[in-house]
Amino acid sequence: MSESMNKAMTVSRRGFLVTTSTLGAGLALGMTTRPTVASASAYDEVNAWVHIASDETVTIRIARSEMGQGTLTGLAQLVAEELDCDWNKVTYEFPTPGQNVARERVWGDFSTGGSRGLRGSHQYVREGGAAAKLMLVQAAADAWNVPAAECTAAESIISHASSGRTTTYGKVAEAAASVPVPTQVTLRDPADWRVAGKPLKRLDTADKLTGKLIYGADISLPNMLCASIMDCPVMGGKLVSFDESAIRKMPGVKGAVAVVTSQGTNGVAVVADTWWQAHSALKQLPIEWDRGPNANFDDAAVTALLEDGLVADDAYVGNWGGDVEAAFGASATQVEATYKVPSQNHAPMEPMNATAVFTKDRCEVWCPTQNGEAALAAASEASGLPLTQCEVYKTILGGGFGRRGAGDYVHQVVEIAKVFPGTPIKLQWSREEDQKHGFFHPTTMAKMRGSLDAEGNLTGLHMRISGQSILAGLMPHALVEGADYLQFQGVIKEGLNPSMDDHSICYDIPNVLVDHAMRNPPIRPGFWRGVNVNQNTIYLECFLEEMAHAAGRDALEFRLALMKNHPKSAAVLKAAAEQGGWGSNDGKARGLAFLHSFGSYVAACAEVSVDDDGKLSMDRIVAATDCGTAVNPQQIEAQVQGSFVYGLSGALYSESTLANGEFQEDNFHTYPSMKIAAMPKVEVIIMPSGGFFGGVGEPTIGVAAPAVLNAIFAATGKRIRQLPLKDQSLRA
Amino acid sequence: MKTLNVNGQPVKVDAQDSTPLLWVLREHLGLTGTKYGCGIAQCGSCTVHLDGVAVRSCVMPLAAVSETTKVTTIEGLSADGSHPVQQAWAELDVPQCGYCQPGMIMAVSGMLNASPDADDAQIDSQITNICRCGTFQRVREGVHLAKEVAKKSKGETA
Repeated sequence: MSESMNKAMTVSRRGFLVTTSTLGAGLALGMTTRPTVASASAYDEVNAWVHIASDETVTIRIARSEMGQGTLTGLAQLVAEELDCDWNKVTYEFPTPGQNVARERVWGDFSTGGSRGLRGSHQYVREGGAAAKLMLVQAAADAWNVPAAECTAAESIISHASSGRTTTYGKVAEAAASVPVPTQVTLRDPADWRVAGKPLKRLDTADKLTGKLIYGADISLPNMLCASIMDCPVMGGKLVSFDESAIRKMPGVKGAVAVVTSQGTNGVAVVADTWWQAHSALKQLPIEWDRGPNANFDDAAVTALLEDGLVADDAYVGNWGGDVEAAFGASATQVEATYKVPSQNHAPMEPMNATAVFTKDRCEVWCPTQNGEAALAAASEASGLPLTQCEVYKTILGGGFGRRGAGDYVHQVVEIAKVFPGTPIKLQWSREEDQKHGFFHPTTMAKMRGSLDAEGNLTGLHMRISGQSILAGLMPHALVEGADYLQFQGVIKEGLNPSMDDHSICYDIPNVLVDHAMRNPPIRPGFWRGVNVNQNTIYLECFLEEMAHAAGRDALEFRLALMKNHPKSAAVLKAAAEQGGWGSNDGKARGLAFLHSFGSYVAACAEVSVDDDGKLSMDRIVAATDCGTAVNPQQIEAQVQGSFVYGLSGALYSESTLANGEFQEDNFHTYPSMKIAAMPKVEVIIMPSGGFFGGVGEPTIGVAAPAVLNAIFAATGKRIRQLPLKDQSLRA
Repeated sequence: MKTLNVNGQPVKVDAQDSTPLLWVLREHLGLTGTKYGCGIAQCGSCTVHLDGVAVRSCVMPLAAVSETTKVTTIEGLSADGSHPVQQAWAELDVPQCGYCQPGMIMAVSGMLNASPDADDAQIDSQITNICRCGTFQRVREGVHLAKEVAKKSKGETA
């Protein structure tokens, strides 16, 4: 087989059907979505959510991004539940952001973060499925000239009982498209669900097992060139010059391009026939940087900034009640402790990438993104073309974790593509680039003060958070009179900021103050899976165990005493503790943690052992989740299990440190991630209490680290208050 | 021009000797199932088999791969996704984002080539791939299931 045959590939822009020829097989791959903008003549869909082909294939449109969290399958289940179609005939496609613009956002919000994939769209996707069903039934009834009310539908078959006639969705789908859209639909009670609520297998697994799935990194287009990029290693620094002549004769090299974007990136890319050629040349390219105002910033400066905030007079208040200082004054015992969490990178397995074609009147981008519409806006801004002349084709993401909500890499690839009009450019970041130019989990510290009365009751708590605000860095318009309420995730008083009620604290503490001294180092912050619950839950849940210990009380009982008005919270905590063996006299070291966030109630009981050399073994974790409504229990289980890997990788190993303004941990040898040998066995309890939809992808991250840290204390008597654990002795 | 044996077929490759096998597979042969994750043999996303042994192709220069070495990628592990590891992975719905899974599957199948009865200790020591989604619990269950699937299919063909 010749190499040119291997690379042969055709792209139909209108159908977005990408085919490639690989060794031994021709493949029709992913990313197939037919034009969905309704036209007068051709049958395009039953409605925006559903297309049914004459062969009975049901294609469900998924607006949110799929990055492993299973939202794609869950959303399809919700549509299929109301549609009453044959689940075995269901497949999916991603409508494009451009189509969403053209159709006045018929698919709603494309952004995929905050564990909102299902809980933010369940209502309208179910309505979409229900409406499509009514239209299909009406079409059959019209053909039979009978009232639709006499017809029933199940498993893609429509029946008229009194006449004994049946037909199929596929047969009436085209006619159904012309039926007036129902103005009112009735949704099925989740108690009666047949497709949703079941542990069905994912729709996107098969091609992930054979290498056929095309991720953004795998995009190939005719005549495509590849680019590798190096941005100024210091945030706020600038490219001064580069000497292209040094690499011009290297194999495959087409040129070097300065890449300056409106997103603050400022660097240089090398473009070549293959990425390996481009990257090899980039490493040889002489580059002069102006490292800018942050060139001397290092971790000591970050720490000094945060320590200043711990004792500062100015702070935004996220929770208050009673009089903390009076409680301290009247207390029998006071406890004080300071905690710290470092900056951390997302490090999805697929490093950032995007592919673009630019011409003077069109800009198209293929990319893995958590926010298709933001990617479209980025393409428009970078290309200078209106939205209507841009398009974005989303791929399944090789991990997101919050990193891929940003459009920096889209801006970059379009800037490069503008230098090569008409030629597709694939920009692939190296892992090193990905590590140095993340949107980092913000670093914070917390000074915790607590008071007990003579009976050992918690009478006062002051939690002073000091550190970086994500909103101040990324979306300052979301600040409220300067305050970042997202900073108080998991510890905020209910009702203080209604948008935060899904993350409210569920402990009733008589005198409480939670406040935030905003201290923003020159680091680009970002939404890192779980966001601010990661550190806030460590601070609160570890300190509550410190207080219980000081009171000589059982840590479970101590918490439950504060949860009397929060039955859902108490239920998950008790469930995790009970199955986890809390309170049994078997000599095992256990720790607890609880959190209410993203609308869900979660708890964990961790069991660890620490040997005489201080080596940690995480032996078992029991995790309970009340997400209200469980759309796919086996995917919830997968998310909960995975949350411990991501959360505990962060607690054990992850730290992005600055020296001379530059992040030091540039690959997995210095930024380790958990491997299979270290993963604790996780038992998952799913206990949906009904009546609401809570998130699943993120809440459990919050309890992972504190449960283990509390168990380490139980094992060793040593309290770890600073992450990561990797370079610390776990024994005194 | 160098000839390689990839997934049972001879293929001609025009790449520099220093080009890592990963990029030869991805960019010269269009076999994009093998993934780039780190480039320094830390994550295992690029795992392929050389004569049935799992290796990390991102640090394997083309020059080090002989014409007679049998290179197997995820695309060539089975004709139809029916390798016992693939069957087990499908049964347990192992992948989340899936990006690391071709490498994971090649690492596991390589281990089982040499140790068809691999136990948990061998899994811990030999499966060192990184998965940021955190699929490890199902990966472990998948290894044990794949062993059963392999034994069953062997029994059927015997």
